[in-house]
Amino acid sequence: MHQLPQTLVNGLALGALYGLIAIGYTMVYGIVQLINFAHGEIVMIGAFGALTIHLWLPGDTPLPAALPLMLIGGAVASVAVATAAERFAYRPLRTAPRLAPLITAIGLSIALQQIVWAFYPDAKKSRGFPQFQGDAFELAGNLHLQRDDLFVLAAAPLCMLALGLFVARSRTGRAMQATAQDPDTAKLMGINTDRIIVLAFAIGGAFAAVAAVAQGLRAGQINFEMGFILGLKAFTAAVLGGIGNIYGAMLGGVVLGIAEAAASTYIQHIPGMQQLGGGGWKDVWAFALLILVLLIRPQGLLGERVADRA
Amino acid sequence: MTALLEVDNLRVAYGKIEAVKGISFTVETGQIVTLIGTNGAGKTTTLRTLSGLLKPLSGTIRFDGRPLTGVPAHRIVALGLAHSPEGRHIFPRLTITENLQLGAFLRKDAEGIAKDVRRVYDLFPILGERARQAAGTLSGGEQQMLAMGRALMSRPKLLMLDEPSMGLSPIMMQRIMATITELKASGTTILLVEQNAQAALSLADRGHVMEIGKIVLSGTGADLLHDESVRKAYLGED
Repeated sequence: MHQLPQTLVNGLALGALYGLIAIGYTMVYGIVQLINFAHGEIVMIGAFGALTIHLWLPGDTPLPAALPLMLIGGAVASVAVATAAERFAYRPLRTAPRLAPLITAIGLSIALQQIVWAFYPDAKKSRGFPQFQGDAFELAGNLHLQRDDLFVLAAAPLCMLALGLFVARSRTGRAMQATAQDPDTAKLMGINTDRIIVLAFAIGGAFAAVAAVAQGLRAGQINFEMGFILGLKAFTAAVLGGIGNIYGAMLGGVVLGIAEAAASTYIQHIPGMQQLGGGGWKDVWAFALLILVLLIRPQGLLGERVADRA
Repeated sequence: MTALLEVDNLRVAYGKIEAVKGISFTVETGQIVTLIGTNGAGKTTTLRTLSGLLKPLSGTIRFDGRPLTGVPAHRIVALGLAHSPEGRHIFPRLTITENLQLGAFLRKDAEGIAKDVRRVYDLFPILGERARQAAGTLSGGEQQMLAMGRALMSRPKLLMLDEPSMGLSPIMMQRIMATITELKASGTTILLVEQNAQAALSLADRGHVMEIGKIVLSGTGADLLHDESVRKAYLGED
């Protein structure tokens, strides 16, 4: 049990990262009822956008100084690709049967991976990503906080707070809620729902870029396939929290992150399950949790009440 | 005087099924005009086309001297045409006040908006009492009041009400119809779609009877109310 505080810190950091990506799934789903399966690739694009800025900067730029520019670069790339995907891939299919945009999303996901693989310099193998130098912060006797974890643990609540205020307080945020609840009636109010939909994709893209930088800092490398498993985990988080609900996405991320960290730490100590513990099995436990939630509480933890969408 | 709304030979289809097959009518400023007819006659389709949610096959719509065809739905309310849709369609997870404020989405005059919210609460005191409640918790009749109030918030030149009496108790229905009379007295022009022909024709200056996509009979409200075929078909008399 002495590992518990450290497990929680690790899980929280991982969960914050998942939550940032899950926001993108949930915002788009909340407004157009589309699971944007290319969202993991939007994260990947953000990582390459941030890396590009890092490579442009003078080699001796300290990481804390480079970080804001890398975030901007990543966000520009992610937002551009996410909004272009909406405009050219999803919008023409808005009145098509649900399966059509879903298949398009999967196709887009593969296309984006292959474009980066083929055209980004040296992207056929993993590319190094800058990492913080220096030791972890010692919070207590045996409790450490990695510097890259500190980044995501600061960035995620800030992003969440900004988004929460924007949606609840601003005129555009109100229009966004109206569009999610009843798009045709929102038009009758004078709301340009096409612009609201683009905005949902753009916000998802910006959050994806923050997550991408966090992931790069953690792993010290990025590659064209990184979006796949991250996207799948974040999608799990969004469903876990209740898809369509932005706070649910963050909560689902945190629950998933902590569950993964706890599974990797503890399951190997359960008699008879030694071989099922450790980091290698964490994805299994994450998706087992998803299956469990879908069976017990399919609407997710902070579930959307689907009934009043009738 | 030219009419506020002129609909000329309007045709609307869902795919291959033509729901409105060439109808023409006008609404003059200050009038209540009603479209009556059974389910599937094309009344709701007509309103949804006027507010830009559906695209017409052919025909013209002129509102306040301008053509409306091709104008996207979110621009039409700015021209002075407000639509309270069939089935009310309030925003269930927003509060009553927020619903009303959305009705004034394109207006910039914060003071005027606040004043109009109070005016809706004067018209429907129950809404004022529940101002901060989620709109989805209201009863059907209260939701109808909210939908009408929300449509008024844009200060429309023409208010389109689709089935405001649908699913309401007789008392609530009388209340809604009385409000429509009040609105008319205060100078609001109204295009009213109703299945309750008796109530609608009693209020209306002019009425048009629709059957499977066509206007089959037109006249003043009083004329239609006394017309034998209307009485037989829509007022349940032998």
